[in-house]
Amino acid sequence: MIEVENLTKYYGGKRAISDLTFQIEKGEIVGFLGLNGAGKSTTLRILACLILPSSGRVRVDGLDTAHSSFEIRKRLGFLPDKPPLYGEMTAYDYLRFVAELKGVPAKDVNRRVSEALSVCNLQSVQGQLIETLSHGYQQRVGLAQAVVHKPSLLILDEPTGGLDPVQIVEMRELIKRLGGEHTVLLSSHILSEISQTCDRLLVIHEGRLAADGTEESISQGAGGGAAVIELELAAAGAEAATGERARAAIGKVAGVLASRVVSAEGGRVHLEVEATDDRRAEVAKAVIDAGLGLIGLQKKALELESIFQRLVNPSQGGSKSRAA
Amino acid sequence: MKPIALIIRRELSAYLRSPLGWVVAAVVLLMDGLLFNSFALGSDTARKSSEILRQFFYFSSGTTMAASLFLSMRLIAEERQNGTLTLLFTSPIRDYQIVIGKFLSALIFLAALTLLTGYMPALILVHGKITRGQIMAGYLGLLLLGSTSLSIGMLASALTKSQLVAIISGAAMLVGMIICWLLGSITDRPLSELFTWLSIWNKHFQPFMGGLINTQDVVYYVTMTYAFLFATTRVIESRRWSS
Repeated sequence: MIEVENLTKYYGGKRAISDLTFQIEKGEIVGFLGLNGAGKSTTLRILACLILPSSGRVRVDGLDTAHSSFEIRKRLGFLPDKPPLYGEMTAYDYLRFVAELKGVPAKDVNRRVSEALSVCNLQSVQGQLIETLSHGYQQRVGLAQAVVHKPSLLILDEPTGGLDPVQIVEMRELIKRLGGEHTVLLSSHILSEISQTCDRLLVIHEGRLAADGTEESISQGAGGGAAVIELELAAAGAEAATGERARAAIGKVAGVLASRVVSAEGGRVHLEVEATDDRRAEVAKAVIDAGLGLIGLQKKALELESIFQRLVNPSQGGSKSRAA
Repeated sequence: MKPIALIIRRELSAYLRSPLGWVVAAVVLLMDGLLFNSFALGSDTARKSSEILRQFFYFSSGTTMAASLFLSMRLIAEERQNGTLTLLFTSPIRDYQIVIGKFLSALIFLAALTLLTGYMPALILVHGKITRGQIMAGYLGLLLLGSTSLSIGMLASALTKSQLVAIISGAAMLVGMIICWLLGSITDRPLSELFTWLSIWNKHFQPFMGGLINTQDVVYYVTMTYAFLFATTRVIESRRWSS
């Protein structure tokens, strides 16, 4: 569906993205992950035919964006980081305008608009002026605008930006539902938000592709194959002694590389265990067999920041990722 | 054609749904009415009716130019400011269709507004002796002058995302074209001929006031409008490379 080759974009003398190469299959939900200013928006804007690359090639359905952007734009729905809304129009009029603009046949316009309104839960506010709607509703009108003509390619730049937690969950559900019929590209700088929605992640750092894969494979690649397990124990007697007993017991488990006490106070002991792979079951058994009170145990999720640190500085215990 | 019609419809409704359109219309009608009352009717000396009509078109040309700048300043700058231009840029519509649609919507609004001043020439027609030809010629002149002014304002609007900067630079361009007449009178040939030809008001509008339609004046306004709209399209296209 999308082939990107050696994509580079300069803003004046500043290089926003350099030498990006990746492919996206039809029907995939792909998340672009990166810190602010990493080049996510620039990449998406090029894919949306909004700006032209300095060099390199982008092909959508085999069509080159530099030469056939008009054709591509017919199959494209785009929600920029700031939704392109005309405040003085009602949500309904606005969606009608967009549907006609995108070339929806006149007989289908009404049906498509009401479909988009119901998909995005906007029926209750369809007659209101857009400028009077709350931020969450405006964001949803923005999304409705992008899907009203049923595009084969849907590009969403930070679709959850500025939404409250409830709205974020709703938006996530909405995007998942859209995944079936559209190829969806979205961007975010929050890993947890994007990893639940997307089939695949592209991590962009300083304009380069730092990693490409599922959340699992990226955090493993970044962590050098090690899994980190967090433990919470009830202290039996002195906290420090409990910690040492636990460490001794865990140390005997096969595959455990290292363990350390994170904190030991207030009757609770927190430990971190590094293992070659997921050894939660074995670690739990060892702790219980040692007669310690196990309260909590979980695999530690890698934060985006730490993933980046490891991807960018492989010396800090991370292996080199595919593209870096 | 369909995308152009769509843009025209949206832009016209934007004029009617925002205060700007109503304010411009009200101020223009008020100014024209006041000027007509004080200059054309208020004078004690006896004058020919055709001279009064001439004067009506004289001050109407000023309000038309001002209205054109106010109507065109928002056309592209506002969309750039609000980020709605990205919607148009990622839709299957050509840049020239955006420009033509927006220009025509402003021209239609301006034309409707100008026609509302028609009661003043009608008063002269009823009470004095003027030809319908002079009225027609004057209004044609206003329409042509207005369309060129709109296209100038639109180019200014495409160059910035601030409507204030747009109207100031648009006014500067328009005034520059008016004072080409002065430059034409103080320079030598062939420069003087060029400046005189460029002069948007003295050289090309004055004949219309007296009821005279010269082909070369019509050609001038149509050419200028085309040139500024073409430049606007180019400016919009170039933004794809830079921003």
